[in-house]
Amino acid sequence: MKTKKAEKTVPEHPMEGLIRSERLPHIWCAGCGIGTVFGSVMAAIQKSGYDLDKTAIVSGIGCTARMAGYIRLDSFHTTHGRALPFATGLKLAKPELKVIVISGDGDLLAIGGNHFIHAARRNIDITVICVNNLNYGMTGGQLAPSTPFGAKTTTSVTGCPEEPFNFCYLASACGAVYVARWTSLHIRRLTNSITEAMQKRGFGFVEILTPCPTSFGRRNKIGTALETLKFYHERSLIRNDIDPKEAPIEFGHNIVVGKFVDTERSTFMDNYQLSCKNRIGDWPNSEGTIVPENQAG
Amino acid sequence: MKYWRKPLDLESIRASRGKVIIIEERCKGCGFCVAYCPRDVLAMSQAFNAKGYHTPAIIDESKCVNCHFCEALCPEFAIFSIETTEAAQGQSARSRKKNK
Amino acid sequence: MKKYLLFGVRRMADKAVMTGTYFMNGDYACCEGALAAGCRFFAGYPITPATEIAERMSRRLPNLGGIFIQMEDEIASMSAILGASWGGVKAMTSTSGPGFSLMMENIGLGICTETPCVICNVQRAGPSTGLPTLVGQGDMMQARWGSHGHYEVIALAPSSPQEMFDLTIRAFNLSEQYRLPVMIMADEVVGHMNERVVIPRREEIEIVGRRKPKVPPRHYLPYHPDPDGVAPMANCGDGYRIHITGLTHDERGYPGMDEKTQAQMVNRLIGKIVNNRDKIIRTENICLDDADVVVVAYGISARSAKQAVRDARSAGIRAGLIKLETVWPFPETLIRDVASRVRALIMPEINAGQMVLELQRCAGGACPVHLVSHLGGSIIHPATILSAIEDSVKGRK
Repeated sequence: MKTKKAEKTVPEHPMEGLIRSERLPHIWCAGCGIGTVFGSVMAAIQKSGYDLDKTAIVSGIGCTARMAGYIRLDSFHTTHGRALPFATGLKLAKPELKVIVISGDGDLLAIGGNHFIHAARRNIDITVICVNNLNYGMTGGQLAPSTPFGAKTTTSVTGCPEEPFNFCYLASACGAVYVARWTSLHIRRLTNSITEAMQKRGFGFVEILTPCPTSFGRRNKIGTALETLKFYHERSLIRNDIDPKEAPIEFGHNIVVGKFVDTERSTFMDNYQLSCKNRIGDWPNSEGTIVPENQAG
Repeated sequence: MKYWRKPLDLESIRASRGKVIIIEERCKGCGFCVAYCPRDVLAMSQAFNAKGYHTPAIIDESKCVNCHFCEALCPEFAIFSIETTEAAQGQSARSRKKNK
Repeated sequence: MKKYLLFGVRRMADKAVMTGTYFMNGDYACCEGALAAGCRFFAGYPITPATEIAERMSRRLPNLGGIFIQMEDEIASMSAILGASWGGVKAMTSTSGPGFSLMMENIGLGICTETPCVICNVQRAGPSTGLPTLVGQGDMMQARWGSHGHYEVIALAPSSPQEMFDLTIRAFNLSEQYRLPVMIMADEVVGHMNERVVIPRREEIEIVGRRKPKVPPRHYLPYHPDPDGVAPMANCGDGYRIHITGLTHDERGYPGMDEKTQAQMVNRLIGKIVNNRDKIIRTENICLDDADVVVVAYGISARSAKQAVRDARSAGIRAGLIKLETVWPFPETLIRDVASRVRALIMPEINAGQMVLELQRCAGGACPVHLVSHLGGSIIHPATILSAIEDSVKGRK
């Protein structure tokens, strides 16, 4: 796209090659954090060095999931909550693909909750990017499993009566090998985290808190998205390598961000290959997790 | 930055310099770039684009160090910076003064 | 050379096509048909009476370089096979009534995104949990209309373990050719009975693969159809940078939120089946030329019907049989033609009347249509059908 005064050629945005710019402007609201995360994801994909023709994005339904439609890679915008099993099938059918699941908090952890815990348990080699805007944004701002206790949403006008998940704790408990939480303000660390999660073998989970000025922000009198970013700036504490159990999101105090889990575990494909070759020992003496000799996905 | 003496390698080190390019039609006026530019290169302007959003304006391009923070933070891919030289920065600032 | 394959055998064959003659379970025959057709991905969930398909797949696929994964539920199974299909691998799942209901949303996704895959529904008596171990044929309309929105489907109905083998191969071929999930509407009796199954040599089996794009990526439109209504399909990772969505989309695959795009897309989805009905619909027609009464049947009920028609002929009644191999699309043209020259049409079904509604619609009043209904739990006895044939001939009904 060119600026108004460009009779001479103006340089293109550095990400232009990766964006389906014919579809811009995108649908996200002014100040929505998803746009920032989108930029971060693309920067991470470029940085990770993977073959772009072999990188696939899978998403569900929701504001975040629309990212699949704007990125110029093989992308799949599937049904609500079912991005993870779709990604599982895609990855297992073609293991050389780098599969990234990008979806929102409700899509991945409410309706998709069951698929989430099993994909993490199986340690499918995919990277999951969960954009957490504390509500269901696309449908107008209903409560979600991430909505803080007492927050106002359209389905909890007198305050949310449920306590939220600690997604990072959940992911780590289910067996994810890489767990991190950042906000959309921590862009550089976020980009690095996503790159690391992509380069990690196994189920990587990155949670990103973002402002939702139109739905959540408005109903909870947070003001503009800039106010939310300032809140992140003031209240976020970077605590790398702590137990995710000790890292809840407490809006009254601090938001703990950082890279919490970074371990190794054999992936589903590793274990499947072992079972195919009859190399799993007899139960109950069979070893639970066997790190394979070759590192192929 | 004030030095008590000139550093010996001052001539050999080149601080990066940047030129900011704004794609005004994409901007949705969120103000992130203005608020988080570490060098205060930008400010929200009174001008607005076809969609009615106020866009940022470059108030002092000579300060831009090409950190790409505006580029990374912008949700709309409406702003980015490219590498340039101090001389080119000065030139474009002079030409902007001329065009005013 | 006869080979008997029993479930307990530890070493399973390493060949995809187990050429030979077997005394085989219908579910196993379905699995063998899938493998012969090139299926190398199975994601499923255990459910009576389809569990045996998953079990055999779990033993056979690893030796053929395929992947078997037991997913956490049927919804995940259906999503996984769609994903695997986009990864370029022929994929299948199997289920019964309750699981079929769960899969509906993603069947819709498969139809809208035009994803080839196969779903085998080994029907049991419903509704709800029903009779898990006993036969039913009550999901026939669900196969047609189960997902939301308007679309066309292809559904096949095997009536023997041999047909389980043959029709599974056909289901894969149709799904690859017409780019949609194809349903095999089997039933518990066909799935659990053991019968003679002849598996031919690999060279004798016709296998159809999906059409690949012939243009380079910059000219490729994922949903621009060829003259037959089907668009060539680029797989994920082929360098085409496709965007696939369940939202109403245009030929580029990009969402188009307007009525024009909706009309274009839905017409294409419907048209590619409706305009190719002649190639898709298959029936086995027995003694139709001089028939007075014709029985139209599918699945296990077609076996009972065959016997009844044979008995009727022995008793001097000119009865005929149309055995539906494809239940959807329904053989409208054939039925219209037959209805105009017979005294009655009879349909036995193990439900309270589903496909008979199609039969009535297509007969268009040209002749009376009688339903022989059984609500589930056992098959329809040939004698019941025979008495319906006799009654219709004597004009009693």
